[in-house]
Amino acid sequence: MSVELGAELSAGWSLWGDVALAVLGGAIRVGTPFLFVSLGECLTEKSGRINLGLEGVLVLSAMAGFAGSLWTGSAWLGVLAAAAAGALLALLHGLLCSLPRVNDIATGIALMLLGAGLAFYLGKPLIQPQAAQLPALEWGAWSDSPQVQAALRINVLFPIGVALAVLMAWAFANTRWGLIVRMAGDSSDAARALGYSVNGVRIWATTVGGFLAGIGGASLSLHYPGSWNEGLSSGQGLIAVALVIFARWRPMACLGAALLFGGAGALGPALQSVGMGWGYHLFNAMPYALTLLILIWTCSPKRALQGAPMELGVSR
Amino acid sequence: MSDSRLVSLFDNVMLPVLALAGSLLLFGGFVWLGGASPVEAWVLLFKGAFGDAFSWQNTLQRAAPLMLTALCVALPQRAGLMVIGGEGALVMGGLACAALPYAIELPSHVGGTFMVLVASALAGAAWIALAGVLREHRGVNETISSLLLGYLAIGVFKHLVEGPMRDPASLNKPSTLPLPEGMLLGLIPGQEVHWGLVIGAVACVLAGLWLFGSTHGFATRVVGGNARAARLVGLPSHRLIITACALGGAAAGLAGGIEVAAVHTAANASLIVGLGYTGILVSFVARHNPWVIVPVAILFGGFGAAGSLLQRRLDLPDASVLVLQGFAFVLILAAEAWRGRLGEWLSWRAASAAKSPVHETSRQRLQREALIALKNRKEAA
Repeated sequence: MSVELGAELSAGWSLWGDVALAVLGGAIRVGTPFLFVSLGECLTEKSGRINLGLEGVLVLSAMAGFAGSLWTGSAWLGVLAAAAAGALLALLHGLLCSLPRVNDIATGIALMLLGAGLAFYLGKPLIQPQAAQLPALEWGAWSDSPQVQAALRINVLFPIGVALAVLMAWAFANTRWGLIVRMAGDSSDAARALGYSVNGVRIWATTVGGFLAGIGGASLSLHYPGSWNEGLSSGQGLIAVALVIFARWRPMACLGAALLFGGAGALGPALQSVGMGWGYHLFNAMPYALTLLILIWTCSPKRALQGAPMELGVSR
Repeated sequence: MSDSRLVSLFDNVMLPVLALAGSLLLFGGFVWLGGASPVEAWVLLFKGAFGDAFSWQNTLQRAAPLMLTALCVALPQRAGLMVIGGEGALVMGGLACAALPYAIELPSHVGGTFMVLVASALAGAAWIALAGVLREHRGVNETISSLLLGYLAIGVFKHLVEGPMRDPASLNKPSTLPLPEGMLLGLIPGQEVHWGLVIGAVACVLAGLWLFGSTHGFATRVVGGNARAARLVGLPSHRLIITACALGGAAAGLAGGIEVAAVHTAANASLIVGLGYTGILVSFVARHNPWVIVPVAILFGGFGAAGSLLQRRLDLPDASVLVLQGFAFVLILAAEAWRGRLGEWLSWRAASAAKSPVHETSRQRLQREALIALKNRKEAA
């Protein structure tokens, strides 16, 4: 009797252990695109502009990455193609917003539509084939358990993203470039007084931000889920915008937030994989609910957000 | 006087028309790069939209929900908020419309139709008003929150439609129980278009009357122009903004209800086709003017209707309409930069014609001013 109970208990424990492991692995797998997009958005917003179009950038670059990998046979060239496509679309955002009286939020919405339209149009022939995928790092090879191995099969872009977050945090604090970007975002008057073109800085920051977000797109189509289809990105680009607010415009906090959101996004599939099909769509909506709750929690009508670039529309 | 009329004509009519023409041109170039004939694409675009009675009917059918989802952007925008979550309100409206018969016994005639449509409007209103409340009382950016609410709405919708509310008879495509025959929204007598078109157009006209003809609408526009100034003169800005959001949300919710009651007969995934997002574009092209939304919605409904023709005849992907919409949106925003340029140019020309036509360098101007100053000083002395 007690043996049976013990077996049942341990089965229960291993079930929840599986879920926890799957969520942990999923946090990295799902969180990697979040990480790159939020770093890109962080850079853009530090320079004083908000790019809602990163949603379109993500879809377009996922398509471009998949196409690049398919045609060249090299996943790394695919990543490059994705980043270049992302940078181009973001450059368009930067240029448009530099025109007088053009609002950056409205432009972002327009690029969201345009990016998705271009991606769906050009990506139509790419839905069937299978492109070369990015290699995975087998950090779970020490374990015998296949669950552990699956959870620790890490996207090779993830360590790159972590290094990038560290680099960005250091660059914002310690380099001339970081200072110029922050100055353009905090006081355009000061930047102008020192002879820097505010629009120029912002165009560069937006373009580089799009480049980074494009790598996130490549992670979607070349690692997980690892194919191209029209439902590939559903709001990850926008979640990243909210995620940057949550991270208070600090690159290292973006890393933590991306993992948190990745874990939330992995909860639905993890529960389904252990046979809990109930509420699949509700669990999939978790990241959106989490974002909204975090925004409600962190925002205040009385003061601007702590740490927000002064010139940013969203915090005024 | 005629100059200022010319300027406003240029700003309000010519600029959007030029932007739309430019986007058609860009679209032509785009399909040409793909190996299709741009001229043929333009002709098909026109034919598929407005070529014959059938395409007109298709166009108007698609325009009806666009008018309502565009209002969901235009009304909050007039109160100073950029809400882009119309898709969520539409989905919630469709869900409420299909869900009401589960909750209470409804009369199976026009009365029932009226009740499900009211339910859908209320659901949409609550959804967008929530974004307004979060903005006004918690300072949460409404653009992001309304979009997140939209994704949440889709999650809830799919959960209910594929779970608790699923009609066991819907096998391949999970749906709710269909509305009873008598409660469906019928066709306009003598036409092949359902009543939703009339509802949409009337909603736009009424919204315009409210905005431009009533004190409450005027107060809303004042708040949208400058919320702080409005508060200083004693306008209840929070209430006005949330009301505008609720009205916009009601329109989008109604769009969802109409789609269910007139087209799909039950709530299912066919409802989620991006009508809310196209509505954003329609509202921007119409410069957030409810009256202008009606023709613009018909135009974009036409582009949507032509999409399947482009797909069939030229073998273009079904996303080609999305590309066209994307180009149109980008150019409409870029055209903002040329607003007022004609006026500046006319006044500059008038000013330079009045003065001496000789060009003066800054050095010459300084010299001239110095001479005048010297002369003034001598006279004073």
